[in-house]
Amino acid sequence: MKIYVPLDSAAVALGADDLADAIVAAAADRNIEVQVIRNGSRGMAWLEPLVEIETDAGRIGYGNVDASDAAALLDGKLSSLGKVDDLPFLARQTRLTFARCGVIDPLDLTNYQAHGGLVGLRRAAQMDQAAIVDEVTKSGLRGRGGAGFPTGIKWKTVSDATADQKYIVCNADEGDSGTFADRMIMEGDPFSLIEGMAIAGLGVGATKGYVYLRSEYPVAIRVMRAAVEAARKGGVLGADVMGSGRAFDMEIRVGAGAYVCGEETALLNSLEGKRGTVRAKPPLPALEGFMGRPTVVNNVISLASVPVIFEKGADHYASFGVGRSRGTVTLQIAGNVKHGGLFETAFGTTLGEVVNDIAGGTASGRPVKAVQVGGPLGAYMPVSKFDTPMGYEEFDQNGGLIGHAGLVVFDDSADMLQMARFAMEFCAVESCGKCTPCRIGAVRGVETIDRIAQGDGAAIELLTDLCETMKDGSLCALGGFTPFPVMSALTHFPDEFAAQKQAAE
Amino acid sequence: MSTLAAPNENDLKDLISSHLNLEGPMLPILHALQHAYGYIPALAHGLIAEALNITKAEVHGVISFYHDFREKPAGTHVIKLCRAEACQSVGANALAADTLKKLGLDWHETSADGSITIEPVYCLGLCACAPAAMVDDRLVARVDGAKMDKILKELGA
Ligand SMILES: Cc1cc2nc3c(=O)[nH]c(=O)nc-3n(C[C@H](O)[C@H](O)[C@H](O)COP(=O)(O)O)c2cc1C
Ligand code: SF4
Ligand code: FES
Repeated sequence: MKIYVPLDSAAVALGADDLADAIVAAAADRNIEVQVIRNGSRGMAWLEPLVEIETDAGRIGYGNVDASDAAALLDGKLSSLGKVDDLPFLARQTRLTFARCGVIDPLDLTNYQAHGGLVGLRRAAQMDQAAIVDEVTKSGLRGRGGAGFPTGIKWKTVSDATADQKYIVCNADEGDSGTFADRMIMEGDPFSLIEGMAIAGLGVGATKGYVYLRSEYPVAIRVMRAAVEAARKGGVLGADVMGSGRAFDMEIRVGAGAYVCGEETALLNSLEGKRGTVRAKPPLPALEGFMGRPTVVNNVISLASVPVIFEKGADHYASFGVGRSRGTVTLQIAGNVKHGGLFETAFGTTLGEVVNDIAGGTASGRPVKAVQVGGPLGAYMPVSKFDTPMGYEEFDQNGGLIGHAGLVVFDDSADMLQMARFAMEFCAVESCGKCTPCRIGAVRGVETIDRIAQGDGAAIELLTDLCETMKDGSLCALGGFTPFPVMSALTHFPDEFAAQKQAAE
Repeated sequence: MSTLAAPNENDLKDLISSHLNLEGPMLPILHALQHAYGYIPALAHGLIAEALNITKAEVHGVISFYHDFREKPAGTHVIKLCRAEACQSVGANALAADTLKKLGLDWHETSADGSITIEPVYCLGLCACAPAAMVDDRLVARVDGAKMDKILKELGA
């Protein structure tokens, strides 16, 4: 009997390791032969730990299984969810990047190839640099780390640069609250990231890659390190990538708990062993990046989407989406929500569909008040903006940003003034210290919001001015975008700022 | 956490030099030191500076920049509670306030008997099953008051 018990952090944090042990023990008691496979997560967080048993009819799921349920599970006494692939939350998705996540054994390269793995890299190995870069450009892929910059253009800059050494650096710092897509793919389908980085290496002429992985992700670090080893053994990495005659190898590096190191130039400084302060641009990292050499810095999901683009073709990828947002978006639905998790779908679904339809509203059962989209630097979107389609330009036009596509849902008990205060506090804690409007401004911001809370209405104008100064005078988006959550809270929920005043009067 | 060795110069030098083949060895060295000793021993600053051909002040500047690195040992157990937005949306603020109160500690403080250090963390990627925490190396999700009480009891608090 084949039983799948996720090794994904979310499942583990809910007892999956103990559960796996309990299943093995219960099987031994019963003298039945059981193969426990530690897969990635299917992305239905509210069901974790989600166990699957392979049957002739497909994989049958059991939700919220506790270690104490192991015996009942083996004895067929646990009620099942039916076929996991048929669960509406999964059946409604378009899984391109996450097609294998939760399905395969993450560290089994043969299993990976049985599900389309390495088809893309084999194809890329037959192409020259220009053709590889063209394919990425044609796919319309834009950076999934936040800024949405066209990946093909970035690769072309690096490809065209001449240097004795070029690098591929994967940004796996994923610090935004409400995001976990990078973590899930690294834990559940690490070879897809490795394959994507290898294709990037062939595409721009880089022979060395680094994954800068945040220290808060111990499981992802362990799985990625093991996957790199396995990929080397399998000839995916090394002196002769898939028989292409071209070399590419990579290393996993661990961050040290600094949010700003997700910003690409701070990340490069950190990787070089320096303080993680932001560098002024130009020079672009594409020309003078790691160790001053031409460097592609891409987010995990950007890179992990590359294999499927080469497997199925750029046109196939680009056929999904809306406007200039092509392909799929890997939504991460989090916070106070009934059905949270990872939902991959073509760009274009509206925010309201995601929150109400797909996620089923709040976990508390109370009305939704606001959704923070795009992490701690993203705006609070009120319910009145729920018809905004998930797309880069579409969100921009509605005063928001998609960022890394995390959605944090809040119910009507949320205190928006406190959320605005937290945004400023977070900026103050995580500022790299290079520019005054960010370093000092954020501290002033906390004080100013406290004054508003104490009834000083005049401080609202001060806060607005301060946000303007931070927007205009910050080198990077930490200082520059903190005004998004602050001002959106103030603009859409003015009563919560004014009510404090009346209460004090 | 296990009892850790006291740092001596030879061990430190060995540990540092085993990383010198890397491009950008500083963070790997600091992580290895913290893993071995539970903090970055002051004795290591000068040795790192020498090995990497930078000043001691620069070494200190790097260590102090990152939230992860400690300059003195933490308590026997470290609880990191997530304070970020998704966790807040399901009650992390109240959970944190209660936990701090039970321990009689503020953020970054260690209990008088040295058993527990409590620190904030900003997102563990468990945002769809929040509130989240990390207890030493163990991740925990959907933490409520009862779960926290159980954790504190296990840690002997
Ligand atoms: C404060 C700050 C934090 C960031 N954090 C991340 C992060 O954790 N992961 C990421 O991929 N990009 C992050 N970015 C964006 C990166 O600077 C960069 O745009 C991205 O890594 C480029 O990759 P992409 O084009 O594939 O998105 C951050 C930016 C800022 C200003
Ligand atoms: S805005 Fe803040 S984090 Fe960004 S460079 Fe300036 S001080 Fe550093
Ligand atoms: S916000 Fe707490 S785990 Fe992500």
